[in-house]
Amino acid sequence: MVAQAAPSELSAAPARPSTGLQVRAWLARRAEAVAIPVAAAVTGFVLFGVFLAAMGKSPVQLVEIVWRGGFGSAFALGNSLQRAAPLLFAALCVALPARLGLVVIGGEGAIVLGGLAAAAAAQPLAAMPVPLAIPLMALAAALVGAVWIGAVGWLQAYRGVNATISSLLLSYIAIAVANHLIEGPLRDPTSLNKPSTLPVGEAFMLGPMPGIGVHWGLGCGVIACLAAYLLMDRTTLGFAARIAGGNVRAAQIQGLPVGRLIVGFTALGGAFAALAGFFEVVAVQGTANGTLAAGYGYTGILVAFLARQNPIAIVPVAFLLGGIEASGGLIQRRMQLPDATVLVLEGLLFLVVLMSETLYGRFKLFNPHLWAAKSRATERETARGSTPAGPA
Amino acid sequence: MSEDLGLWSVLIAVIGGAIRVSTPFLFVSLGETITERSGRINLGLEGTLVFGAMSAYGTAVLTNSPWAGVAVAALAGAAFGLLHGFVCRLPRVNDVAVGIALMLFGSGLAFFLGKPFIQPSAPPLPAIPFGFWSSLPQVQAALQVNVLFLAGAALSVFLWWAFRNTKAGLIVRVVGDSADAARAMGYDVDRVRLYATATGGALAGIGGAYLSLYYPGSWNEGVSSGQGLMAVALVIFARWNPLACFGAALLFGGAGALGPALQSVGVSQGYYLFYAAPYVLTLALLIATASPDRALAGAPGELSLSK
Amino acid sequence: MTARPFSRRHLLAGAGALSLGLLPSGRARAAGALTVGFIYVGPKDDYGYNQAHAQAAKALKGMPGLEITEEERVPETNAVEKTMESMINLDGATLLFPTSFGYYSPYLLAQAKKNPKIQFRHCGGLWTDKDPKNAGSYFGYIAQGQYLNGIVAAHASKSKKLGFVGAKPIPQVLNNINAFLLGAQSVDPSITCQVIFTGEWSLAVKEAEAANALIDGGADVVTCHVDSPKVVVETASRRGAFVCGYHVDQSPLAPQKYLTGAEWNWLPIYKDFIAVMQAGRVPQNFVRGGLADGYVKMSPYGPGVSEAARKNADAVKAEMMTGGYAIIKGPLKDNTGKEILAAGQAYPEKAPELESTNYLVAGVKGSV
Repeated sequence: MVAQAAPSELSAAPARPSTGLQVRAWLARRAEAVAIPVAAAVTGFVLFGVFLAAMGKSPVQLVEIVWRGGFGSAFALGNSLQRAAPLLFAALCVALPARLGLVVIGGEGAIVLGGLAAAAAAQPLAAMPVPLAIPLMALAAALVGAVWIGAVGWLQAYRGVNATISSLLLSYIAIAVANHLIEGPLRDPTSLNKPSTLPVGEAFMLGPMPGIGVHWGLGCGVIACLAAYLLMDRTTLGFAARIAGGNVRAAQIQGLPVGRLIVGFTALGGAFAALAGFFEVVAVQGTANGTLAAGYGYTGILVAFLARQNPIAIVPVAFLLGGIEASGGLIQRRMQLPDATVLVLEGLLFLVVLMSETLYGRFKLFNPHLWAAKSRATERETARGSTPAGPA
Repeated sequence: MSEDLGLWSVLIAVIGGAIRVSTPFLFVSLGETITERSGRINLGLEGTLVFGAMSAYGTAVLTNSPWAGVAVAALAGAAFGLLHGFVCRLPRVNDVAVGIALMLFGSGLAFFLGKPFIQPSAPPLPAIPFGFWSSLPQVQAALQVNVLFLAGAALSVFLWWAFRNTKAGLIVRVVGDSADAARAMGYDVDRVRLYATATGGALAGIGGAYLSLYYPGSWNEGVSSGQGLMAVALVIFARWNPLACFGAALLFGGAGALGPALQSVGVSQGYYLFYAAPYVLTLALLIATASPDRALAGAPGELSLSK
Repeated sequence: MTARPFSRRHLLAGAGALSLGLLPSGRARAAGALTVGFIYVGPKDDYGYNQAHAQAAKALKGMPGLEITEEERVPETNAVEKTMESMINLDGATLLFPTSFGYYSPYLLAQAKKNPKIQFRHCGGLWTDKDPKNAGSYFGYIAQGQYLNGIVAAHASKSKKLGFVGAKPIPQVLNNINAFLLGAQSVDPSITCQVIFTGEWSLAVKEAEAANALIDGGADVVTCHVDSPKVVVETASRRGAFVCGYHVDQSPLAPQKYLTGAEWNWLPIYKDFIAVMQAGRVPQNFVRGGLADGYVKMSPYGPGVSEAARKNADAVKAEMMTGGYAIIKGPLKDNTGKEILAAGQAYPEKAPELESTNYLVAGVKGSV
């Protein structure tokens, strides 16, 4: 393992390269962004295999089971996609604030409140035509989520309260408030042993997406990821956010409204997380109840970091994680391993992918700066590609 | 057997709860204080706490000695701390993210390896009956003080003193306030942080041992339910001061006992909201003590959390 | 009890599909073997609810012509649908026991409609005539066990105050609290019971705090209804209080302080279902019973149970064993003074009203 060597502050002044070289450089950077995470994930699996072997279980069987349980058949694919759907939204709640340097880990609270808001909104909207009522329910959910996580951004930007901690606390508070409402004022008196809100009603339930049998949360989640990508990478707003995430002072000097950017992007993340709760209510459960807090928000953190906070990368990563979780049952049943096996695997993958952050820009194959460099062999690119909330 | 104490019983319960529940918070927050004073944040102490609880319980079941359990939990915690410290040495690796990963990994590993220990009973850690002077069983029970609680209290005083008056304390603070200054003085910044994180992990492991070997005194997968994470939050409003950590842990433990105690005297509506009281309290204190303009008073300059 | 046999044709079709091996199967199974799937919401060894089911599943494992497939910690989300489908498609399960209450609607119902040849039996008593005919419910009147717990507790209590740690104020928990106190009041009408809700099915520290708060409030016998009573039993017994168990026998955790306990006895129900399936018939849709039917049993009496208590509890138990026992009977008021039942009325053990209990009887300190 490589340790040592703090990144050099010197920035290379590259000579104007030819167009051919530019294309190669572009390709190399894209290839790096794929090759390193894939290599890291493979390493994670190998390490887990070693762990399993030490436990006296067959790593080969595990690979076979993860394939069969998560990816190898139409059923397995549907299973993985279904589990991926809420993770897409939950991960956006981490990835968007992350561009501004905030680590938000309280998406679970926004999911729960979003689902509750959607279910509560269904009652006054009951008389409305379905095509109008469902978007309004989504809007109610998104608003509540936006306020909840937006408050995290506001506290960070204007009060200096750390977003990681405040989002965690707010998440606990959100779940308590939701439980209180579900078992108190908003409870359907006929929901006896499983306290729930009034059902949203058959008419307001979304069916599965045609062809794949997975609910619409999946399709909308993918669209949300694409939209978030375009926002971050193709608009001035996204550009401003990334500058602010890289260096607050520089952004302030350039006159960027850092505070409002932080509030806006956290609120957007919260709105997305709340949509996960919305789909859980209108596409899965039909009511809001205690199982809204099913841990999607926490798995979403994992997805966002594995995707290196890139909204596009969230899509395949959520699918991979969905597949791993989908195979969890078979791992129990076929290998007689405990349910926590999946947690260990996820933790290992997470660690290894984080460690691989250090490799970016180190390989000559991927780093155009190293191609021409003879005397500058030790210089390396610093700013590009690192996670925003970098260490001191 | 006992008389009705009315509202007094709430106060006694809160004091007793503060003593019973605070110890894991205390150990984790002291450990995190050491780590953060060196300029790193380890959010993974929740995983360390859970793994400490499992390893302590398992060891106590196998050896029949709770103290062996505490020792193993401390070692395991140190190992997790070393892992965190080692990974964070790598350039461009984010310490907050590594913490979250370790939280997942530590809990996962504890659940995985802890299955055989859910059923057996382990010998508990001893407690000292400081309530002997009272004839009230409630008071006697509330003042049944575990040895680890006393050790934690002593440790917080010691750390408070050591950060000011010992060379090691000074080195940790210099490294945490300015890595450049520490390097100029010839200290190996990464190594200091590695040791500080390992020490923090060891303390969190001991906190876990308290959970499984004293209160609630059994190993299962819900034994911690987020206490390690909350302890990290406590460090911030304790302003990285070990003495204040002690106070914060007591406050938080007492607030946690409020919900059940209120129900026992008839305040039974809205218990979910009472149960959320510690979180609301922590958030309110954070907001009240935070400052929008400058870094927090007392915050280590190198800490990503306070920037 | 109402059995709803399938039509002969249905049955033949199902049997044909089985014997021809049309059902996809993930692993080699003995020809004609019946595969049964158990799904648990928590860990199999929680000293509580899930363990009670898992113990029965374990006992079934040796039976000839039977394959058991199990999955633990399956959340009450659409993940459980996928677990059921996976057990059907990959393991060839034809009889499923999703044991957690929250699995029923909408998940089990959806799967039952989707897989008409598979039998689903859910633990909890939710099935009605309107639901798919290949689904069903089974449940036990464990409140009878809590009533007996109450009798024993009343004899052991000196403070005449009992304590109950409940998860959530839902009918099943409320029935248990009411039965526990009514049992105790049958011995001494002045006895009261304090209840503390933790809000979650499994939350160790809160359960321990609740047990401590009950004992601080003067309770000297404590019982509970949470998923895993281990923490409550250990905490209360360390404080010197007596405990009554729940779900499974917890006497090894507190040999001196454990009085008795209300236990599930799922094995006979499962054996019945399986025997019917193996005989090529369809099991009943709705099965429930109490002590008399053998679905519920009591832990052996501990050393703290007096001779008088034994006699008293055994006499009531004998009466319960004849069937139709009514714990909730008039005149009865709830703890806000409202009348529940007038004199002469009663909800015997199979009364549907017991499924919608929303009150705590007079003498319980706490509110729903």
